[in-house]
This record gives sequence, structure tokens and C-alpha cells, in this order.
Amino acid sequence: MPTTLHNEDLIAMLCEMIKARVASDRLWSLQRQGRIGTIAPIDGQEATTVGATWALDPATDWVVPQYREPLALGRFGPEVLNRFAAWALGHPEGGHIPEPVRVFPPQISLATQILHAVGLAWALKLRGEPGVVLVFFGDGSTSEGDFYEAGNLAGVLEVPVIFLCSNNQWAISTPTSKQTAAAGFASKAEAFGIPGVTVDGMDPLAVHEVVAAARDRALAGSGATLIEAVNYRLNAHTTADDPTRYVPEDELAEARERDPLVTFRRQLEARGIWDRHHQTDAEEAASSAIDHAWNWATNLPLNQLDLFDHVFANLTPRQQQQRDALAAHLNHGTDADGGAR
Amino acid sequence: MSDPTMTMVASINATLAAEMERDERVVVFGEDVALSGGVFRATDGLLDRFGEDRVVDMPLAEAAILGAAVGLAAGGMVPVPEIQFLGFSYQAMHQLAGQIARFRYRTQGRFAMPITIRAPYGGGVRTPELHSDSLEGQLTNIAGLKVVTPSTAADAKGLLTEAIRDPDPVVFLEPLRGYRGVKGPVPEGEYRVPFGKARWATPGDDVTIITWSYQVEVALRAARNLAQQGLSVGVLDLRTLVPLDVEEIMAAVERTGRVVVVEEAVPTGGFAAEVIATINEHAFWSLEAPPVRVSGFDAPYPVGQLEDTYVPDARRIEAAVLRLLEVRP
Repeated sequence: MPTTLHNEDLIAMLCEMIKARVASDRLWSLQRQGRIGTIAPIDGQEATTVGATWALDPATDWVVPQYREPLALGRFGPEVLNRFAAWALGHPEGGHIPEPVRVFPPQISLATQILHAVGLAWALKLRGEPGVVLVFFGDGSTSEGDFYEAGNLAGVLEVPVIFLCSNNQWAISTPTSKQTAAAGFASKAEAFGIPGVTVDGMDPLAVHEVVAAARDRALAGSGATLIEAVNYRLNAHTTADDPTRYVPEDELAEARERDPLVTFRRQLEARGIWDRHHQTDAEEAASSAIDHAWNWATNLPLNQLDLFDHVFANLTPRQQQQRDALAAHLNHGTDADGGAR
Repeated sequence: MSDPTMTMVASINATLAAEMERDERVVVFGEDVALSGGVFRATDGLLDRFGEDRVVDMPLAEAAILGAAVGLAAGGMVPVPEIQFLGFSYQAMHQLAGQIARFRYRTQGRFAMPITIRAPYGGGVRTPELHSDSLEGQLTNIAGLKVVTPSTAADAKGLLTEAIRDPDPVVFLEPLRGYRGVKGPVPEGEYRVPFGKARWATPGDDVTIITWSYQVEVALRAARNLAQQGLSVGVLDLRTLVPLDVEEIMAAVERTGRVVVVEEAVPTGGFAAEVIATINEHAFWSLEAPPVRVSGFDAPYPVGQLEDTYVPDARRIEAAVLRLLEVRP
């Protein structure tokens, strides 16, 4: 994959960052209109997500996200945003990212996905398949036992996994100083026997460079890398959060100066490959992408009896009985709870 | 030609080997499963036969064992992780309940979880704390898990074969006391026992004892003792708790009208309560007496000098049966 980025890559990266921000803003509005539930905006973490995924090959590599990143995984195709819109809408298909897209569903139980990524990388190794697994998690997740268990296991098994800690400085209202007394999250790699790297997570090119190096290392059979991408959460934790209660104003103002959508745009303008027409086009394309995703999601068919689908490959007799009783209740108002056989 | 007689642990060991032979995607991993062959030798010899890629000693971390299983399954493998003692699964419950059990559901079928989690459990062998806990109640309350509880060497083979080939996650509970305490004929060659089909360990007409796992042995002892008093007591071995053989439970109630449900676990919110609720919903009018539960107690599984009092024994089951027979509708 592009270790060297060409102009068209840089343009595509900025377009994806803009798409993520626009889509995030749209979902925020939809939540405020009461049309979807709680949603976590991505503002400030676009460069980390896009820079990292542009170092991957979607044909062979996997992404295991937390819950913000799917807004910025266009590298793996438009289907990810469609499904994320459905996820935000509360449709069961939201967690179903279809073949052959190598992306896991959003994860709510923080840090559990880090172990899944290690297992997936282990499967790649056992099957002799090329490719790496990139797993995203936040600064707060590094306090979970699963983070340490995953780092330790990856070190022992020498599997092709890249741990990407997207450190946005805040776990809801808890600052990094209350998550760890260590000098940075990358330093924890030492305990796992793997390299740890810290990078400016507001700079997509810097993130791309370290992830590309970690990928090379993983593909060479040398195992895992822990990367801490230092960024800043420029918006609330979620639509249910009020950061004015705890984020210092001056700190936020300083971080806004480093907004990757502004700084990266300036870089491309300085290179002479971006102007205000590109910006307008990119914003329109972004708007159209989230429009499309929203339309797709809101037009998905839904049957209330789907709640039994895919619990198992096949319904158990007891589930079948419950489903039949529920169907009769929904259709004819009969008793749905006549006994769970 | 008679089937060879084996202990339960030998049957499990042979079945693991056969399934690894049949399907190269099957990987066995856990604490001390490779070099030492497992603390009960359930995985003895597998490392030599299948190599260190497929039989793996894991770092001592239960959540890592089950969390890695999710990724392995998503990546096309058939994981057979071992939790060394079921009580230790508390340290992996977030991966079991929150992840393994829901991954197919969350992804609407994209990522199946054909994982068989083997774990020994149950009391009576003087283990330290947390080695003997019976957690069926917790496990069956997690939608998306199948819960399998063999009581014989033959069923250990038939049900483990079925579990490994099942496309969904199965918690395969192996009775500690049964590993070497239970022996019996084991069919040679391909042998599968379908889930959701209970087994009459012994038939009876006066009272039915419904149970599973090692308590089947205890219940049979009680039935034999009661037979000397002229009573015909049947023992129905559920074999699998999820899926549950409701039909055979109903048949048992219709046959005897009197039912004792035996479990080793804490009774409140336990699986015996589920069985009795099911009977009440579907066979209430066939009952000739209120169903009785013989179980552990609402206390944590105790230390060794108290455990024989905690775990149901034949005398307690016999007393329950006799009390039940005194009830006249």
C-alpha cells in the first residue's frame, strides 16, 4: 500500500476527512431533531482515522473500530457509512457490514475489540493469509483489563496487529491524567514486548507514516505495534454530553487552532493541489454521501419479528414458539406470553 | 462387538483428537492445555499430534482466551478454548456474554461464532474456592449461548462432536467428579448426539427426577435406593439446557405427575427454577403434587469441609421423593 502518498491520495484523504465531519454534523442534527438516538461525533479525530486507514490495503487488511471511526472509514468503501447510518437509526442491519468489506461493527463495550483484533490477526497468521489488523480504541480504553491482556497476548503470539490508541484527551469527562500515571500511552508497549510509538494524531501524514511502518513490520512477521495518536476531541463525547462542564475553554481554543480539517487543507493549498472549488466540491460530495446513507438506512425494510433472527443459525424450538406467539400478538392482538416452551 | 469402556475424560480427549483430525480449522487453546495436556489431561497428547499452532498454551488471562476466540472465529477458524475451571469464567464474562453470545446477532449473520468453550465444573472433589461453582443459571440467561451438560462418557463424545460442529457458541460443561468417576461404553467411529433431546437414564412411573451433568449419577443412586422400597423412580437427563427438550419434560410430567428437579447450583434464579416454571406453564394440570427442587443453597459454593452438605446427595433426593409421594391431590 502507498508508503508514498501521491497528490491524488492527499486529496482523497482530505475529502474523506471532510466527509467524516459533515456526516458527523448531520447525525448530530438528526439526533437533535429526535430522529436518531445518541451519537458520538468525530470532530478532531478525522486525521488519525483517515491517516491510519490510508496505510492499509482494503483487499487484505482489516479494521476493528470502536464507535467513532466508522464515520471516517471511506477507505473501505461507502458501505461502511451506509451501515453506520442504519446503526445510528437503530436498525439491525447497522451492525452488518457485508462481505467483502473487512471492517468490524462498532463496539460499545470498550476495549473488548482489542482482543478480537488479536484473535483475527492470529487467524490470518494460522491461515497463512497476507494482511494486518488495525484496531482503534481510545485513551479511556487503555485502563481496561482487555487492553493489557490483548497487548500481552499479541506480544506472545507475534501476530500482525496494529494497536491504535486514538487519544482525544477525554474519556467523557475524565482527562488522561486520571487514566494513567505513565508517561504517555505508547510507553505501555514496553510491558508487552512490542514497539510503542507516539505520533501527532492531528496530522494525517504523520499517522500514515507510522501506521505504514507498523504494517510493514507486521507483514514481515515481526508482530504488533502500539501507536498513540495524540489528537483532541473538539466536540462533545456524545449528543448526551455537555463538555462545557469540564473542558477548559483555553485548552479547547488552542486545540481548535490545530483542527486537522483546517491544517491539512492549508498544507494541500500550499502544495497547490487544493483551492476553494475543491473545498466546495468536497463538501457537496460529503453532503451527498450522508444523504445517500441516510436515505438507504431509512428505507431498509423492518419486521418486528426480526428480533429473533441471527441469535443462532437456526431458531431453537423455544424461540420458534415465542416468535409464533409474538407474530399472533402483533397480527391479531392475541396473548404473546402464553408460556415459553 | 461391544463398545470400549472409557472414562469421561478419555472420551473427551479422544473426541477432541478426532475433531482436530477431521477439520484442520479446529484449534484448542487455554491455560496449560498443550505441554501438560491440561490439568485433568483432557487435552493430553494433542500437542504432539497436531503441533503448537493448533494446540496452544495461552497467557493466564480468561478474557484473552475468549476474546481471541471471537477474532479467530471471525477469521475462519473453529476455536475450542478451555476455561480451566468454570468459576474463572467470571473474569471473562464480558467477552462471553457481551461479545461471543451476540456477535452473530450484532452482525446479522456475517460473523458466526462456531466456538466451543470447554469448562470443568461442579463440586465434590475438594477444590479451592471458585473451582466448583455451578453457573448454569447465569449461562442459560445469556441469549445466544447453547449450554451443554453431558453426564456419560458416550454423551461426552456425542455432544462434544455436535458442539464443535455447531455453527454457534456452545458452553460445554464437564463434570469434575465425572472426569474419572464416570465410566461407560463409548460408541466407536462417528457418533453424534443432537442437542435438545433429553435421555431417560432410567425410566420410572411413580416420580421423575429431572437433572443433568453429574447429578444424574447421584439421582440414579437415589432411584436405586428407592427401588428397594418398591418405588419406580425415573431419571431424565436433560443433556442440553439450551436448547431444552420441553417435549420430553412434558412427557415425564404426564407419566408420573410428580417431579423433583435436582441441580448443584444456587437455587434462586437458577435453571431448576426455569424447568419448574416451564412445567407450570405447560403441564400444570398433569401435576399430582407441587414440583420440588433439590439444589445447592443461597450461599456461595463453600469450602471443602462444608461442600458435602451443600451439594445434593442421594439422601436429600430420596427425602424429596418420599415427601412428594405423601402429597395427595
